[in-house]
Amino acid sequence: MSVVLPLVLWIALAAGLCFSRRSVVFWPLLALALLLLFNQLFTPGFFHVEIRGGHLYGTLIDILNQGAKVMLLALGMTLVIATGGVDLSVGAIMAIAGAVLAQRFVGAGWSPGLAIVAALALSVVAGAWNGLLVAVLRIQPIVATLILMVAGRGIAQLITDGQIITFENPTLVYLGNGFLLGLPFTLTLVLVMLALTAVLTRRTALGLFVEAVGDNETASHFTGLPARQVKFLAYVFAGFCAGLAGLVAASNIKCADSNHAGLYLELDAILAVVIGGTALTGGRFYLAGSMIGALLIQTLTQTLYMRNVSADIAPVPKAIVILAVCLLQSPKLRERLARLGGGRKRRAGA
Amino acid sequence: MSEPLLEARGLTKRFPGVVALNAVNFAARAGEVHALMGENGAGKSTLIKCLTGVYPRDEGEVTLGSRVIHPRSPREAEAAGISTVYQEVNLIPDLSVAENICLGRQSTTFGLLRWGAMRTRARAALARLGLTLDVSLPLTSYSIAIQQLVALARAIDVAAKVLILDEPTSSLDEREVAELFAIVRRLRDEGMAVIFVTHFLDQVYEIADRITVLRNGQLIGEFPVAALPRLQLVARMMGRDVKEIEAMDHRPAAAPRSGEAPPVLAVRGFGRRASVKPVELAVHAGEVLGFAGLLGSGRTELARLLFGIDQADCGTLEIDGRPATVRSPQAALARRFGFTPEDRKTAGILPNLTVRENLIVALQVRRGLWKRIPRVEQDALVAKFVAALGIKTSGPEQLIKNLSGGNQQKVILSRWLATEPRLLILDEPTRGIDVGAQADIERLIAKFRDEGLAVIFICSETAELARNSQRILVLRDRAKVAELSGAAVCEESIIHAIAGGASPPAGPAGP
Repeated sequence: MSVVLPLVLWIALAAGLCFSRRSVVFWPLLALALLLLFNQLFTPGFFHVEIRGGHLYGTLIDILNQGAKVMLLALGMTLVIATGGVDLSVGAIMAIAGAVLAQRFVGAGWSPGLAIVAALALSVVAGAWNGLLVAVLRIQPIVATLILMVAGRGIAQLITDGQIITFENPTLVYLGNGFLLGLPFTLTLVLVMLALTAVLTRRTALGLFVEAVGDNETASHFTGLPARQVKFLAYVFAGFCAGLAGLVAASNIKCADSNHAGLYLELDAILAVVIGGTALTGGRFYLAGSMIGALLIQTLTQTLYMRNVSADIAPVPKAIVILAVCLLQSPKLRERLARLGGGRKRRAGA
Repeated sequence: MSEPLLEARGLTKRFPGVVALNAVNFAARAGEVHALMGENGAGKSTLIKCLTGVYPRDEGEVTLGSRVIHPRSPREAEAAGISTVYQEVNLIPDLSVAENICLGRQSTTFGLLRWGAMRTRARAALARLGLTLDVSLPLTSYSIAIQQLVALARAIDVAAKVLILDEPTSSLDEREVAELFAIVRRLRDEGMAVIFVTHFLDQVYEIADRITVLRNGQLIGEFPVAALPRLQLVARMMGRDVKEIEAMDHRPAAAPRSGEAPPVLAVRGFGRRASVKPVELAVHAGEVLGFAGLLGSGRTELARLLFGIDQADCGTLEIDGRPATVRSPQAALARRFGFTPEDRKTAGILPNLTVRENLIVALQVRRGLWKRIPRVEQDALVAKFVAALGIKTSGPEQLIKNLSGGNQQKVILSRWLATEPRLLILDEPTRGIDVGAQADIERLIAKFRDEGLAVIFICSETAELARNSQRILVLRDRAKVAELSGAAVCEESIIHAIAGGASPPAGPAGP
């Protein structure tokens, strides 16, 4: 197993790199491959995977499991950013979702299923609130979503009455810790959501509309495109994704912790989207890129953790790697580097 | 007349590839309103910007009084005594009126602002214009017209000898313009030299004492207002000889339509405050209705009203003879209207999307979010229009921003043709594209018309308008002033009607 899995991973990465050679996804994928290569060479046990009780365990599996939250957030965030906006409130919505889940289940005695539905419903309402502010009232997205980012944790505290509510229900615990077919259930959740989002955007006209609005809102409006509705939908979807991530986060630690659930994850999600090749100015979006971006961030976190970098200074090397990826993506810088390389070659030839 | 106060001699300004001003002489005298006229791109703005230090001049000399000046920034020009009020209010909306008037010249004690002094100074500057405002309120609490006057107060607060008004009336309504003019007259009578840049002919004849005409960066001449009748002014701005206009051949008229079917679109008393005065118009299937008028005459504004981008606040609209409303572009699309905006880059193309996506987007909007056009059908549509309109692109997946202007315009046209429209509103479809593409687009307009589309064609080139239209609606100062049809659809009548007040536009005018 410990030989087969890395081999499969490397073959998949190589294939991915070849396949995406001309696409924006190439650079984050290359960064991920380099980071994994570094770990293969220098971090003992990074690729160690073992089977216990029919389930896979190991660092790679942890990355998938722990990265699920940011991957879910990044799906919604991709659409929001593609419309030319941003959603700072998704971390707070996660806290709200967790709070509703725990309070409904423990406090109100609802069934786990109903509690989950209630949590997701309120997340959708939170997303709709953002959409209302941005699309209808035309408040700048960064300001509009800042409101819920700040207020959201307070709302979560109100829901749980300031308590940290713990739960032991197997269904709820399964969400964030369970295994399906030997792999973490969260991976299935992410894959299902990714497929759903891809279908929603690429099998309907939603993707085109989102990209059109983000690329040139005036021209889209003049084409009769319902720009406001499209933006509104993007924020609602981001709210739903944040709700799912909030369920996973609460389930991971078997409690609703309004102060810490999803804290700063909105920033990781935005970063994942940007690393994935979607421009903050809106327009073209890349769902696969966002997923790779999220995995890159999680792999980086895990690497630093395994190399005993203290959590206090971990953001520094993390920032450096992310800066490198962003610079690599800049066509101008690449052009300059290429010219520099070409110049050197010319000089060497002369 | 007195000696010139501000004088430019042989002023030349080059930009890469163009000579924006070529050895232009210009003189403004104290106690006089001097209008600077010319079509878009004639060099009016460049001249103003050279005078106020926004651009350094390449050649020539500028004297103020008897001193040669070299302003390197608007601030230096202001210090020398040349103040400017721009078309768009150029102030800071969230600061108070007093701050806006005194910004950059605040009085201070030990580096601290003296608010009382600032407010007194602002009140005094406004009083000179006959205005009393609460100067501590933010600028945004006042209307655009008042904001414009605040800008004017700021301009004359310094010891200004020359006041430049760069299209100050574009966002004002009639009453507000009258107020502004009363103030300008007073300033003139106080001995200020006023330079007035505008597109509105009526305003020039109302307020100016003298007119300088520019065209393509060249000085055409300086005239006392009395010596330059409207027709001559328009002819000079457009670069036509008046005799040539008067002797111009009349094109054989297009066959008049028989009016059995109700018009595709008809409006009555249709307008919007401070945008378009109420107009009446009808456009039939199989007809091209041209909109003529100088830039800023309300052509684009009327088109925006018809397409529902702006909402009319008076009048009625009929489609096929039945009352209807078009209150948004969505509604217009549902009524099978199409609109290619004047500003292709900012309002037409989706620059980072492909030719294919740009082409199918309107049809996709019409079909709705859930009914995605299958890729096969998209490709077929693109292939069809690329061939039919002769769009030059390396492929359907090319980004539209990489196409030339003419090809971009053809893609936008195709975008609407794909929706099988009944009415196409084309706002300056041939602006900024090469001659070949322009001929293509003119041919297409004729083809649409023959296929039974109703077309509204907006164009600044009178010859092009006359060539392509069956009827022409002439706008001046945001109002419809004439409708030409039959034999009257010719350059001469159009120019007469644009100039206004001259001979009746119908029929050839004898010498």
